[in-house]
Amino acid sequence: MVTAVYRIIKYGFQNFWRNRLVSIATILVLLLSVIVFLGLLIFAAVGRQAVSAIQDKIDISVYFKSNAPEDNILKLKNVLEKLTEVKAVEYISKDEALKIFAERHKADEVISQALSELNENPLTASLNIKAKDPRKYADIAAYLEAESFKSVIDKVSYGQNQVVIDRLAKIISVGKQAGILLTIVLVVIAVIVVFNTILLAIYSGREEISIMRLVGASNAFIRGPYIFVGILYGFLAAFTALVLLSPFIYLASPYVEIFIPGMKLWSYFLDNFLRLFGEGLLFSVGIGVVSSLTVIRRYLRD
Amino acid sequence: MITFSNVSKSYNHSDILKDISFKIAPKEFVSVVGRSGAGKSTLIRLLIAEEKPTKGRVIFGHYEVTKLKGRELPELRRHMGIIFQDFRLLSQKTAYENVVFAMEAAGKPQKEIEETALQVLDLVGLHGKMANFIHELSGGEKQRVAIARAMVNRPDVIIADEPTGNLDPINTWGIINLLVKINELGTTVLLATHNKEIVNQLERRVVSLEDGRIIKDEEKGKYILM
Repeated sequence: MVTAVYRIIKYGFQNFWRNRLVSIATILVLLLSVIVFLGLLIFAAVGRQAVSAIQDKIDISVYFKSNAPEDNILKLKNVLEKLTEVKAVEYISKDEALKIFAERHKADEVISQALSELNENPLTASLNIKAKDPRKYADIAAYLEAESFKSVIDKVSYGQNQVVIDRLAKIISVGKQAGILLTIVLVVIAVIVVFNTILLAIYSGREEISIMRLVGASNAFIRGPYIFVGILYGFLAAFTALVLLSPFIYLASPYVEIFIPGMKLWSYFLDNFLRLFGEGLLFSVGIGVVSSLTVIRRYLRD
Repeated sequence: MITFSNVSKSYNHSDILKDISFKIAPKEFVSVVGRSGAGKSTLIRLLIAEEKPTKGRVIFGHYEVTKLKGRELPELRRHMGIIFQDFRLLSQKTAYENVVFAMEAAGKPQKEIEETALQVLDLVGLHGKMANFIHELSGGEKQRVAIARAMVNRPDVIIADEPTGNLDPINTWGIINLLVKINELGTTVLLATHNKEIVNQLERRVVSLEDGRIIKDEEKGKYILM
């Protein structure tokens, strides 16, 4: 068995070398498909991080009327914390709101001057509500619109942020769909190219094949080298894709982190290197083997 | 060992073989003779299962060749050594590599390959030309390589389809003598030929075909052109 496998691999390499120029062209086409496929996987990861980063910044801010009693506000806070949709509620008193405002604008002399001349605090108390699921903000906002709260609540603010999230999610979704379509197109092209390369290999090896049949070589022994070549194409394409992508990802990583805080692309790539390699390998070897098997079934029938 | 039982073969309503029946016993040397188009090569293709008969049965040892499935053919062919007029050697390999290739394809262990390939090439008189590429050999030497390849897996029968068709008279007799020697060592030989000088000098069993039928089957037969 080991000897047979060794011989199949040996003949496979001989086939590969005999048609080396066409083999290189085939690997290049497969390489392109793998790069797009891996790019799609990485894009999906970046997209998820982008949406997550923005979602973390989303909350509902509830602004109270200036005469709303603090007890009522704190009672509402307790009620909200008990809602299953709510993850956390933060209370910001009028005084804290003024401190935060002053800190944020301390570099602005005009605002700082105006604040020092104020006799009373113009800001109001507020509650910042974070939901467990961003899709539940609408429900929470609707709850706060109830008549019973109108006496204390001045304004509920979240709508604009949700629009941003929805747009971003849509952009990412469209990008993913375009990537999938491009990948499908490249897969079809790759399958056709590998198919034709294996066909060429069978044609150029037809003398050997006929002699193999004559001397009683098993079907597995005749077909094995061509399947091995398909696997070899896939492996070389996947490996080369990762080698080529690595410097680009390393260089792009700091720029991606500027736009998407928390997205350390190079760390993600290193942490998931084996998984990405495995998925790329499965993808490209899958194309190679499927193409080889298809042409073998058609042209090496018993 | 080999049985043809009421075998017929037609192509596009043209009858090539018509109701052929004969047997070959182990260790026999049988010449199948006839003009070009008599059906000799078709008979051989039926025996090695390259084609199926239109009617009848072909039996080889315990194999019913006509009923074998595709995946069973390799096992059948390991019992046969086949030689063709056009040699069917791999031109980019040496004599030794051609013989080794046949053994590797048949799944023989490496140690056996190394021992047997040398012995067989010695037997056919090519010990000094093992490292030559096929295109560096004469017609007779090429056919000897083909015979070595046919023998190397120790088949039950050597099937030779016009093995001397492309050779001059001296090389022709060289090959025929080699086949006789192989037969004397115990291997059945089935020789298809239209060369009457060979057949008549061999004085072995002769099966004569004409128009797809067996017209004569004689021990120590003669091939008389009609």
